[in-house]
Amino acid sequence: MKKKLEVVGKARRRVDGRSKVTGALRYADDLFMPRMLFAKLLRSPHPHAVIQEIDFEKAKRHPGVHLVLTGKDFPVPFGIMPVSVDEYPLARERVRYVGDPVAAVIAVDEQSAVEALHLIDVRYKVLPPVSGPEEGLKNPEPRIHDYGEQGNIHRNQSYEFGDTAEALAKSDHVFEDLFFYEGNTHLPMEQQASLAFVDQDGKLQISSSTQNPHYLHRQLARVLQIPEARIRVVATPNGGGFGGKCDPGGHEFVVCKAALVLGRPVKIGLTREEVFYVHRGRHPVLMKMKTGVTKDGRLTGMHLQTLLDGGGYGSHGPASTFYTGVLTPVTYHYPRFKFEACRVFTNKPACGPKRGHGTPQPRFGQEVQLDKIAEKLGLDPAELRLRNLVKENSLTASWLRVGSTQLKECIEKVVEMSGWKERRGRLGKGRGLGLACSTYMCGAGVAIYWNKMPHSGVQVLLDRSGAVIVYCGATEIGQGSDDVLAAIVAETLGVDTSVVRVVTGDTGIAPVDLGSYSSRVTIMAGNAAIQAAERLRVQIAAVVSETLGTLPDRVAFSQGRVFAADNAGPGMSFVEAVHAAEAALGTLSAVGSYSPPKPPGKYKGAGVGPSPAYSFSACIVETEVDERTGWVHVPKIWIAHDIGRALNPTLARGQVIGGVYMGLGEALMEEQSFRRLPEKLSGALVHRAPSMLDYKSLTSLDMPDVEVALIEDPDPNCPYGAKEVGQGPLLPVMPAVANAIFDAVGVRIDEIPITPDKVLKALHDKDKRVGPASFPAVPYPKPTFVLPPWEGGDGNETKRDAAAAVV
Amino acid sequence: MRGKQRLSLSVNGERVEALVASYKTLLEALREDLGLTGTKHGCELGECGACTVLLDGAPVLSCLTLAIECEGRSVQTIEGLARGPELHPLQAAFADCGGSQCGYCTPGVIMTAKALLDRNPNPSQQEIKEATAGNLCRCTGYNQIVEAIEQAADVLRKEAA
Repeated sequence: MKKKLEVVGKARRRVDGRSKVTGALRYADDLFMPRMLFAKLLRSPHPHAVIQEIDFEKAKRHPGVHLVLTGKDFPVPFGIMPVSVDEYPLARERVRYVGDPVAAVIAVDEQSAVEALHLIDVRYKVLPPVSGPEEGLKNPEPRIHDYGEQGNIHRNQSYEFGDTAEALAKSDHVFEDLFFYEGNTHLPMEQQASLAFVDQDGKLQISSSTQNPHYLHRQLARVLQIPEARIRVVATPNGGGFGGKCDPGGHEFVVCKAALVLGRPVKIGLTREEVFYVHRGRHPVLMKMKTGVTKDGRLTGMHLQTLLDGGGYGSHGPASTFYTGVLTPVTYHYPRFKFEACRVFTNKPACGPKRGHGTPQPRFGQEVQLDKIAEKLGLDPAELRLRNLVKENSLTASWLRVGSTQLKECIEKVVEMSGWKERRGRLGKGRGLGLACSTYMCGAGVAIYWNKMPHSGVQVLLDRSGAVIVYCGATEIGQGSDDVLAAIVAETLGVDTSVVRVVTGDTGIAPVDLGSYSSRVTIMAGNAAIQAAERLRVQIAAVVSETLGTLPDRVAFSQGRVFAADNAGPGMSFVEAVHAAEAALGTLSAVGSYSPPKPPGKYKGAGVGPSPAYSFSACIVETEVDERTGWVHVPKIWIAHDIGRALNPTLARGQVIGGVYMGLGEALMEEQSFRRLPEKLSGALVHRAPSMLDYKSLTSLDMPDVEVALIEDPDPNCPYGAKEVGQGPLLPVMPAVANAIFDAVGVRIDEIPITPDKVLKALHDKDKRVGPASFPAVPYPKPTFVLPPWEGGDGNETKRDAAAAVV
Repeated sequence: MRGKQRLSLSVNGERVEALVASYKTLLEALREDLGLTGTKHGCELGECGACTVLLDGAPVLSCLTLAIECEGRSVQTIEGLARGPELHPLQAAFADCGGSQCGYCTPGVIMTAKALLDRNPNPSQQEIKEATAGNLCRCTGYNQIVEAIEQAADVLRKEAA
């Protein structure tokens, strides 16, 4: 039965708010145990080398040292994706980037452990490093890994949805552009930390700053060769994740192994420099984008090619590679779409998922190119976008099902808020406005490992005190997932969030939730929570309906009371209803679970990209560009986000502004880049800036005022209609900045980050552009050919000849 | 270096004595020797501001302050801010305005803001931004932090009036 929402949609202090402002919340490094030891890791000083010998006798004898571990202690590899199990907790024969862990010391304190690290003698045979994907393509030997497609190519893929060359040939205009997006990193405020111990029953427990306790659980069992049922993983509240704590880390295996060997608790806390080496952040991506358009501004097709710098390990790379293409056709209708992507291993820290996972790079190119198209056709950039929107409840050429979309409303809203029509082009010299849009998944449709089980489970227990306890494997990384669970259960049971206690991120207590990635928690854990809470409501209603003199489905739950909906009368308190139900039925508990709908695409590879729903955003950035210095100042940003429904508007707005902040940092300054040391200093490939001082990020002084509009149109697949908000709002910012710079000073920066030197260079360039000049010959495979839905396809791969016959 | 030294100081208004290794920073002494883990670390190099505490009322980076330098001095940490069970207006405003997301930078930002409001009860937005520019936050984008400090300043001014 429908009722007025009482919790959902109201701005509230988040349920974990108090613990965060009092310093009471315990992050992983805040945990201390009696007899606890400390671990430190020795990391490779070489980007690429063979380990010939490790002599740690001196380290072992150092006062305070209890144990030294090396790769020999870890014969079994791990990898977050089943197709890329290529990493060892401590490197065995080969190191693949500066910072690859090779040995661990466990000692009475950190000081002793650090001293002992210096006493370990590692003999390396240095190999030539691969510094970038083009170098990797040119030099198939030495191979960084002995698996992958060929040479140093890790993943190589090609998909074509309808004859794209033909679509481009028939277009009035074809735009071909090259873009480059430099890598950048998450820079969570909390450095990764883990504490492992063997509990009183002899079982292994690890408390760790991980976003994905379930995947860590599986990898620990694999690497340590002990049954999963004898391991408990507790994800401590993460001090920021942004994707950087999705992969299992070498340090997590090390403390577990050491705790098992020594029988004492072992803790590790990474230094800030180490956090830069663990990385798994944004892939540097070179892109070539060919887009066809009619003279009245209708898109006809796109051919997108991407080349990813993967770093030294697989990580989430196979998924990242897909994501540099698959979400491109979700915002605008492309009748035909071809997408080729290649990820190359290089001798740098492995890249992986960062907020927006693989999609900000092509989104940047796509949205900047649209700006160029609008300029050429003499169209308002907002109008060009409005002409090409993907329609509600439709399929893309690539067989993604797009349900609700409010992108049109988002564009109209930012156009109105910013005064786009009146102010654009009239702001005066050096000032401009730029527009861009984006979309993101509300959870990946397929789990990282193949299985038919639900993606999220929730158990709700009703205590006779009236307290409601919610158990779920979801991980609170700052995004507010505990608050989402509490709000949804409270709303469904008609109680206040103050009586709800949320127990999350603990594989020893809570049902599995796959983790805090792909913006999946609100939708998946939220739907599971509704199911569990509704089952409890049904149980209670069945018991109390007679007393209330109504039918079970007419029993209402609201404001801590249970009553007959058609006779609000006195009813009873929620606690009285719980007592009655427990007396009749026994202890009250229910579980709920959620699996996303089956995707419509059936071709091999169709599993990446589908989602129960997509969020949409439109953003307008204002810039002031100093033509003498190239300095870009951003005084104001307007953003509208199609969120379905804001469960807690304070938190939703915070996610939007936080996403804009991170996007603006990527746009203007953040870069995880590398340089070669001079030959006399080893010639190694080293991180340019592994510190928070040198890795530039925005401060409070750099951050503009952000005006946020939450566009609410509840999505039927989402809990109370709520779509994601954690990742989407980051995505339009970078291209909007680039487009605003063009509007301000007429230069195109087809490269991220847009630093003052590039702006200056472009101002003096004859083409008024800075960006990549060429795209290498990548040996992409023959494409998997699939007919779009409107060309008679059925979602399966087709032979191209058969396709010709159909068309 | 490894020997411990007797340290006597005031922490959150209480006289505290501890044996602390002479190489330890105030951050380490607070967290490891005094059990006050509310003060966080993001870099231990003075770059992020997460470890900000008040030393004799002035904000300092506890990761760059030697513990033994604090002999006889007064340290305020996030744990000492609440008024019994009641949150300090800064704490309440951060929780209510969304000034805290993952919460890891929050203790440091709140202590910085406390020092600001102690010396300037009615700061402008620009003054708030300048005061907190040394406290990095990766979640909020700072807008809601500034709003929280403005709201708290308002409450504190009304209390004082």
